[in-house]
Amino acid sequence: MEALAEWGRALYEATGINLTILYDQFDQSRFISGIWMTIYLSIISLFFSVIIGVVGAWAQGSPIKAVRWAINGFIVLFRNTPPLVQIFFFYFGISNLLPYVEDADGMRAPLFTNIQWAIISLSLFAGAFNIEIFRSGIEAVPKSTLEAAEALGYTRLGAYRHIVLPLAIRVCLPALNNNLVNLLKTTSLAYAIAVPELLYASKQIWTDAQNVPTMMVVLLLTYVALVGVLVWAMNAWERSMAVPGYGQGRGR
Amino acid sequence: MKQPIGTPAGVLWTPEQPIISVVDVRKSFGAFEVLKGVSLDVKKGEAICIIGPSGSGKSTLIRCINALVEIDSGSILVENQEVNDERLDKLKLRRKVGMVFQQYNLFPHKTALQNVMMAPINVLKQDKKEVEERARKLLAKVRLTGKENNYPGELSGGQQQRVAIARSLAMRPDIMLFDEVTAALDPETVKEVLVTIRELAEEGMTCLLVTHEMKFARDVADHIYFTDKGVIVEHAPPAEFFENAKDERTKTFLGQIL
Repeated sequence: MEALAEWGRALYEATGINLTILYDQFDQSRFISGIWMTIYLSIISLFFSVIIGVVGAWAQGSPIKAVRWAINGFIVLFRNTPPLVQIFFFYFGISNLLPYVEDADGMRAPLFTNIQWAIISLSLFAGAFNIEIFRSGIEAVPKSTLEAAEALGYTRLGAYRHIVLPLAIRVCLPALNNNLVNLLKTTSLAYAIAVPELLYASKQIWTDAQNVPTMMVVLLLTYVALVGVLVWAMNAWERSMAVPGYGQGRGR
Repeated sequence: MKQPIGTPAGVLWTPEQPIISVVDVRKSFGAFEVLKGVSLDVKKGEAICIIGPSGSGKSTLIRCINALVEIDSGSILVENQEVNDERLDKLKLRRKVGMVFQQYNLFPHKTALQNVMMAPINVLKQDKKEVEERARKLLAKVRLTGKENNYPGELSGGQQQRVAIARSLAMRPDIMLFDEVTAALDPETVKEVLVTIRELAEEGMTCLLVTHEMKFARDVADHIYFTDKGVIVEHAPPAEFFENAKDERTKTFLGQIL
């Protein structure tokens, strides 16, 4: 660690490239906590968006018309509006309509924090796309496969859980992959409601240290690495689910 | 020789009664009437073959028996349980009636063994160990020992179809429906599937087969039904049916294929 700081200082003296995150304790800690916040937002929203996708795609096939309409309305609302507008809508719009609570110091505080609102709106945003992605997978499962499940006594839910969904996921993984990558990058919009994620932390650092171009490059490379890890994990998952004679997976 | 058709619903079923009783069943898809009043009785342990030209309603008829297709009117009793009833407990019916399809329809993400084990575990909530033991025995019965851990994509059509038969048998049905199960197979693998079905019939399983395998029908069936344009034109034991068909349509059909 000390060597790294030493190298950072030497680099600055020799070239003028000022990587304060290497030698400045304060910048370093806010940069790292920014990365953690981005990872935290990504993982939690990713989790909820997939749940929304799985449940929504199931409800889309409901025999009840009102349920199907509700799901389609939700998709239209969240797919046809920009994610930044959605975040503002929740944080400045909905939040004001909700009751306030008292925090530990007896202060009036909103029901949800900015971080929670970011998670809620990002999950709904990505979830709307995930529903459509899962639907594409579900529709690729032959009707005859479903019929076989039905003949074995499976209910609609049982067949969805044990047969349709596992097959659908294999079909729609590449599309799901894309959307989750998109979600990770969209977490940077939480910047707008002062969630101290990667972009927010970097902006604070370059404002203080006046090293804008350097931090821009660092920021880009950090996102490249974060998305790289996500894509690697998704590909590993895809490979682990590959089944001989089904889909485009690279085999066992 | 015609048996009285139909038994009152709800009466406790005894093996002397027909295990399946189809009475005046009608079914339309849109404007096209596929079944125009079909009736037949099946006794426990019988093997019944339904033959007839394409589009004559054979497949629809057997799909009605396990409620994959809802009928418009008429009555279908399976062990005295009315199938044409909104309150029908489909799970209860499907435990009794197994079905094997033309395209096998195995679950491609599960191995042969898992395919056989899935429904008893997921649907009937039976003990996994006991189910696995039974599944292995069933795979041995259909001569697939050694293929337990292969995925459907790694098996031939005939092998997949035998897994499908084992999968259906794992639910311990009283009746098995076979919907043109050899139609998608090449001639060499047809035999291995037919041998399996023949064994089942000989063991006393009630079997309803829609088939184009005339030799098989002649050898195995207790009774043959001939359908054309949504009606049962003629039915008789195989010897009589093949040697002495009475109806002109039956004669023409048999003349074309024999």
